[in-house]
Amino acid sequence: MAKFVPSDVLVERALVGDSAAMARLMSRAEAATPECRPAFARLYQKAGQAHIVGITGVPGSGKSTLVSTLTLKLRAAGKRVGIIAVDPSSPYSGGSIMGDRIRMSALAGDEGVFIRSMATRGAHGGMARASLEAVDVLDATGFDYVIIETVGVGQAEVEIARAAHTVVVVSAPGLGDDIQAIKAGILEIADVHVVSKCDRPDANRTISDLKTMLTLGLSLSGGASWQPKVVPTSSAQGEGFEELITALDRHAQWMRSSSAGQDRLRHIAEFRMLKTAEDLLSQQFLATRKPALALISGQLSERRISPYQAAERLLAGFQLEGPA
Amino acid sequence: MTNKIRILLAKVGLDGHDRGVKIVARCLRDAGMDVVYTGLHRSPEEVVAAAVQEDVDVLGVSLLSGAHMTIFPKIIAGLKARGVDDIILLGGGVMPDEDVVALKKMGVHEVLLQDTPPNTIIQTIERLVAERGDR
Ligand SMILES: Nc1nc2c(ncn2[C@@H]2O[C@H](COP(=O)(O)OP(=O)(O)OP(=O)(O)O)[C@@H](O)[C@H]2O)c(=O)[nH]1
Ligand SMILES: [Mg+2]
Repeated sequence: MAKFVPSDVLVERALVGDSAAMARLMSRAEAATPECRPAFARLYQKAGQAHIVGITGVPGSGKSTLVSTLTLKLRAAGKRVGIIAVDPSSPYSGGSIMGDRIRMSALAGDEGVFIRSMATRGAHGGMARASLEAVDVLDATGFDYVIIETVGVGQAEVEIARAAHTVVVVSAPGLGDDIQAIKAGILEIADVHVVSKCDRPDANRTISDLKTMLTLGLSLSGGASWQPKVVPTSSAQGEGFEELITALDRHAQWMRSSSAGQDRLRHIAEFRMLKTAEDLLSQQFLATRKPALALISGQLSERRISPYQAAERLLAGFQLEGPA
Repeated sequence: MTNKIRILLAKVGLDGHDRGVKIVARCLRDAGMDVVYTGLHRSPEEVVAAAVQEDVDVLGVSLLSGAHMTIFPKIIAGLKARGVDDIILLGGGVMPDEDVVALKKMGVHEVLLQDTPPNTIIQTIERLVAERGDR
């Protein structure tokens, strides 16, 4: 039998650079064990220094390759980089194949880079809570940048990217007639637009389409004081990354110095609070109301009560526990 | 609460075939496991670093190149050097029976040769993880 190391001991080890301890803490975040809550409270206190960058875009748009090249450039500047790569779980089995590391092989073995793959349904409760706790582990242990890669389809994934300080939306040429990300509805959340694969001849069209759209005012981020920029990159040729890093740094500066940026930080905090509350609620709810669930849904299916009556009965027996 | 079984699949060495590993990855996903796949040509050190960061329950290393007797000792030493003693190590691929015996003595928990049926792979993983227990 394996031995259980208490989470506060893991925090001590993680803070002196033990990557196995960091990794185990991330698993505890996914498992959502109450035991780790004080440890994560401590990590949260220590965190707050890293620049958290969300990278999203439709499948195959070149996100992982971009993260890899961006990380190499940041490493060359002496920065430590943590990466959380979120991949979708199979709706059928709940399992997943997480392959982002394949495109990040240039980073393999570098101790200044920490890569963690997470599956959307790998966490008990919400992925948003768990992935942001994993970000805290990296932030608190001194990583300068924490990059979260999520696929820009599905509300849960997009929400996670939006909980970052700076949201990068990746659009690629050649994925369709027009920019696929429009259909996915994610262009609006970008603080920085990357057009990837600009070594391809059809990239110019994607760039100009995107610029046209921006002049039409397609942006939710930052209000008037932040103008999202379009940054063409080629991970294959290593081009555009100086510009990308400049755009990221400028956005971080804007967050720190503008009142809109401060509002954004408060929104992120509110999001985390709500997601964590949601998780607590649903975990305790399912733990205590599971027997009633079967009984009441039976009554509902026999049409002896209405959906509202059923919901009221289900909720009536529930009492949220206070902190232990 | 315990998480789903997490497993990292790696191809070490020079051979360029990963069709088999990809099929295994799909079977494990369909059995409800979370599978991290790292791609071809990884070094033992890279595999160890990835397995530690991913905090997997199981590290599955597949090789067809015949270098297993040099690669597995490096992986075992790498895990030990990082103080990791609760990752289950599986070998896969093609190798002679006497090497299987030697590898198990060395600390490889199980060796699943090339034609092992998917169900056996799944059952073996589930059994080994259950035997190890929560951590
Ligand atoms: N020509 C060219 N191809 C690229 C570039 N960057 C990525 N690709 C290719 O685009 C494909 C997808 O790249 P990924 O980095 O895996 O894309 P992704 O967005 O992370 O994909 P998912 O995680 O599956 O959503 C691969 O075949 C890459 O080789 C680039 O700069 N130029
Ligand atoms: Mg990817």
